[in-house]
Amino acid sequence: MTLDYAGAVAKYEPTLGLEVHVELNTKSKMFCSCATEFGAEPNTQTCPVCLGLPGALPVVNAKAIESTILIGLALNCSIAPYSRFARKNYFYPDMPKNFQTSQYDEPICINGYLDVEIETDEGPRVFRVDIERVHMEEDTGKSLHVGGSTGRIHGAEYSLLDYNRAGIPLVEIVTRIVPGTGKYAPQVARAYVTELRDILRSLGVSDVKMEQGSLRCDANVSLAPIGSGELGTRSETKNVNSLRSVERAVSGEIERQANRLENGERIIQETRHFLEESGQTRPGRSKEQAEDYRYFPEPDLVPVTPDAKWIEELRTRIPEKPSVRRKRLQVEWNCPDKEMESLVNAELLDVVEATIKLGAEPTRARTWWLGEISRLANEKEVTPTSLITAEQVAQVIALIVSGDLTDKLARQVVEGVVAGEGSPADVIEKRGLKVVSDDSALMSAIEAAIAASPDTAERVRSGNIPAAGALIGAVMKATGGAADAAKVRELLLKHLGQG
Amino acid sequence: MAEISRGDVAHLAKLARIEMTPDELDHMASELDSILGAVKAVSKVATSDIAPTSHPLEMTNIFRPDVVKPSLTNEQALSGAPAKDEERFKVPQILGEE
Amino acid sequence: MTDIFSTASEMASAVAKKEISSVELTKAHLDRIKETDGKVHSFLFVDESGALEQAKAVDAKIAKGESLSPLAGVPLALKDILAQEGIPTTAGSKILEGWRPPYDATVVTKLKEAGVVILGKTNMDEFAMGSSTENSAYGTTQNPWDLTRTPGGSSGGSAAAVAAFQAPIAIGTDTGGSIRQPAALTGIVGVKPTYGGVSRYGVIAYSSSLDQVGPFARTVLDTALLHEAIAGHDERDSTSINAPVPQVVAAAKRGDVKGMKIGVIKELSGAGFQAGVLARFNESLDLLVSQGAEIVEVSCPNFEYALAAYYLIAPSEASSNLARFDSMRYGLRVGDDGKRGAEEVMSITRDAGFGKEVKRRIILGTYALSSGYYDAYYGSAQKVRTLVKQDFEAAFSKADVLVSPVTPTTAFKIGEKSNDPVAMYLSDIATIPVNMAGIGGMSLPVGLADEDGLPVGLQILAPVMQDDRFYRVGGTLEAALLSKWGKPILANAPKLGAK
Repeated sequence: MTLDYAGAVAKYEPTLGLEVHVELNTKSKMFCSCATEFGAEPNTQTCPVCLGLPGALPVVNAKAIESTILIGLALNCSIAPYSRFARKNYFYPDMPKNFQTSQYDEPICINGYLDVEIETDEGPRVFRVDIERVHMEEDTGKSLHVGGSTGRIHGAEYSLLDYNRAGIPLVEIVTRIVPGTGKYAPQVARAYVTELRDILRSLGVSDVKMEQGSLRCDANVSLAPIGSGELGTRSETKNVNSLRSVERAVSGEIERQANRLENGERIIQETRHFLEESGQTRPGRSKEQAEDYRYFPEPDLVPVTPDAKWIEELRTRIPEKPSVRRKRLQVEWNCPDKEMESLVNAELLDVVEATIKLGAEPTRARTWWLGEISRLANEKEVTPTSLITAEQVAQVIALIVSGDLTDKLARQVVEGVVAGEGSPADVIEKRGLKVVSDDSALMSAIEAAIAASPDTAERVRSGNIPAAGALIGAVMKATGGAADAAKVRELLLKHLGQG
Repeated sequence: MAEISRGDVAHLAKLARIEMTPDELDHMASELDSILGAVKAVSKVATSDIAPTSHPLEMTNIFRPDVVKPSLTNEQALSGAPAKDEERFKVPQILGEE
Repeated sequence: MTDIFSTASEMASAVAKKEISSVELTKAHLDRIKETDGKVHSFLFVDESGALEQAKAVDAKIAKGESLSPLAGVPLALKDILAQEGIPTTAGSKILEGWRPPYDATVVTKLKEAGVVILGKTNMDEFAMGSSTENSAYGTTQNPWDLTRTPGGSSGGSAAAVAAFQAPIAIGTDTGGSIRQPAALTGIVGVKPTYGGVSRYGVIAYSSSLDQVGPFARTVLDTALLHEAIAGHDERDSTSINAPVPQVVAAAKRGDVKGMKIGVIKELSGAGFQAGVLARFNESLDLLVSQGAEIVEVSCPNFEYALAAYYLIAPSEASSNLARFDSMRYGLRVGDDGKRGAEEVMSITRDAGFGKEVKRRIILGTYALSSGYYDAYYGSAQKVRTLVKQDFEAAFSKADVLVSPVTPTTAFKIGEKSNDPVAMYLSDIATIPVNMAGIGGMSLPVGLADEDGLPVGLQILAPVMQDDRFYRVGGTLEAALLSKWGKPILANAPKLGAK
């Protein structure tokens, strides 16, 4: 009998461990001054140092240290007063020196935590994920496998190497094992990576794009029979390229391992690859015989000893935690959950906040960004913030509030700005969009409407107020929506002896 | 008792990616054995109260600013390559998953 | 008249005064090399066109009346362990046969800027691992004093070049004695500066925490001039000292040791040393006393463990430093038949490209760092380093400089020790502790041994960054010895060429 996920978690207790690698957004590499730009021609951003040429020596990028400390502080870690780089020795063609300059037993940040909240059957619940360490290391080059049937490693005839990426600073964030998540392990994993991503983005230390590889997640999963108090053998799943994949990989592994255990098979300690299409994992390199990395302190570099003053100065630069900020804003704006969720998912929180800071009323700001502007953005297949700025939206909203624009006119103004006709003021002028509230101008339109529908006008005179709607509508149509509807109504009714 | 066996040397040769013939392995094992015998003394005098020295000098915090400087050109980078193709280093097939 | 037998200082002066052009001087040395190198084999590559070009450029500057560096126009021999752009750089190994670096070592850049004429690259023990130059993959170098003997190593080629008058100055590297020992065995002056005093950027690494670049010459003053030309902070080398270069030229000229305390290291002045070596050593002590110095005895009891610790630290670091030679990006590639995988090609190449001693040390180093053995071997060796440092600190609290013979014996026969690695290692017993502690030291020729008429070297040591002290003592003693002998020591060496 095969267990499904529910069956698996009914019998087995999952234990989770997550390793996240973050590519820092420094301009130059970790140990040399080569550029880090994405997409350059192969092997044009290399030098003797990052190519591992004989005689080359590393020099540490100060900004990378700063970014790592910021990450550590944001994750409630202690910053080690003394830390060192170490060599992790193993052979692989994408590693120019055949050792990675990393950190071993003296990492720069230790003992932190991140609280993540998920929805459970009993309502929202917070899980504390303990963070063992945050340390610095360097990225490897990229290999292309040529030949063979699928162009992937198996069956390849040869490989082509580009070392542009070699030496780009990486920060590794390692959690301690996360016990007690039960059936929520996949959600906890996803929530952790999501929150981590948001924090890293708010720190401005990385562009954290999982699809581009600047945020990489490895998920470690092990199972033990519920109540046994034991720890099972873990597998490590790599190639998890999206938040959704994190969740699927963890649940997939739980199911796979549970079924093996049910069949009396043991779990092999190994690295597995996550397969997007199927949501399954397949085996990679066996970790049974753990590679002996022969770590020793990097003799070409000296220890890092950040002083307390510098650390405190960096601490002041840690912004409010994204989840805390979201809660605060939701309360301030009196915004319903669903709408808040939409804002976050559409990544409009920052721009809406900015619009409100410029004086716009919260509900209007949200409505414009989530509504009309998002619609236009979807049509053009671009992001909303690339079409119009917070300043411009705030201006438009202000004009609505002051009565200088109707909603309908405002929509035209926004359209104009998006089309590149200039600022809201420019568009208004160019297109001649003005609310008509001048009594005499309105009166001529009103008289024209009455003249066109004498029977309707008669009905209003006799006390049928709702009938006025048709006449108001006619006036609005005649003025192209530029009339102040309320004013039209007032004048019309008065004119017909009902106001 | 030998400090280091031929099996040990074979394992180390694999770790160090140096292919060795059985003869070479035997020879190496006996040479290393005598060397290791000679250097064993260090563990006796290196008691736990002594701190290790990694560096002759006591320098810390040597950094460089995050500034980009010119890289080598593609030609320069590939100038020593035993084989190249399309601006990249061409290497034999890499077996085993990463 | 200035010729190849003059000192570098004399040559520089003559060139500056236009008594001889740098081109003439360079040609004279190139001729000498052609005449004698068949016997001595100092050079792996002679850069005739490059040297003449550099010489021409210096002459042009002089013609314009530009001010020049103290060694401008003087020819120099460069140990083949330093990267020189576009010039074959092999580190004495087959694995780098034909490799032409795309960059210059910092020391090379400095030499070029100083107008020094680089004649070519000199022979060395492969990857600096050795004490006789017999480990070169390109055949050994012969000692100019007796062509059946080794010149020492690993900088044997540079030392022989200077002793054979093929160049007045040369660059070597010293990790456990590789400048001082060949200097002693060939009757010239050699200095290992304080660790960090000269940049290691572009120096093919053997043991990163011990390697240091240094000068060879026939006089103390010439050595000092070269020392000042190459020393100084380098921002490309994180282990380079950021402090002014000690005033070694002024110290070399000082000519007085009155009131200086000369510490004789008890453990390095008796048992195991050749009688003739000790005789010349003791005489030089007497001479120093006659010059106004005071002899004190110091004890460095932990030196007996230094050799063992060195043969754990150096191979460990080397095993990691040499991992980059994997045939992927540069150097030798063997066995790539289109069917073999990268790992196999790597392993075949490394077996074919590395010599026996290098393989031995790589395996030894891999062992010393491996899991389960680290504490007993590498870890313990680093503690011995601390003990050696402490011994020196205690000794320097009693004396201004410390002295010992450089080597236990005079130059040994080619082939005599090459089958017994442990015996070979013992030639460095007096020099190794110096690298372990990071202090600097000089080898000064103090006479010929009675039994074999071969040169004997005196080792003079000073505390960290106090290199000027051994130049002061060396310069004074050299003058006193010259007075005593009536001619320089090399006048006793056999004639190699027509002159």
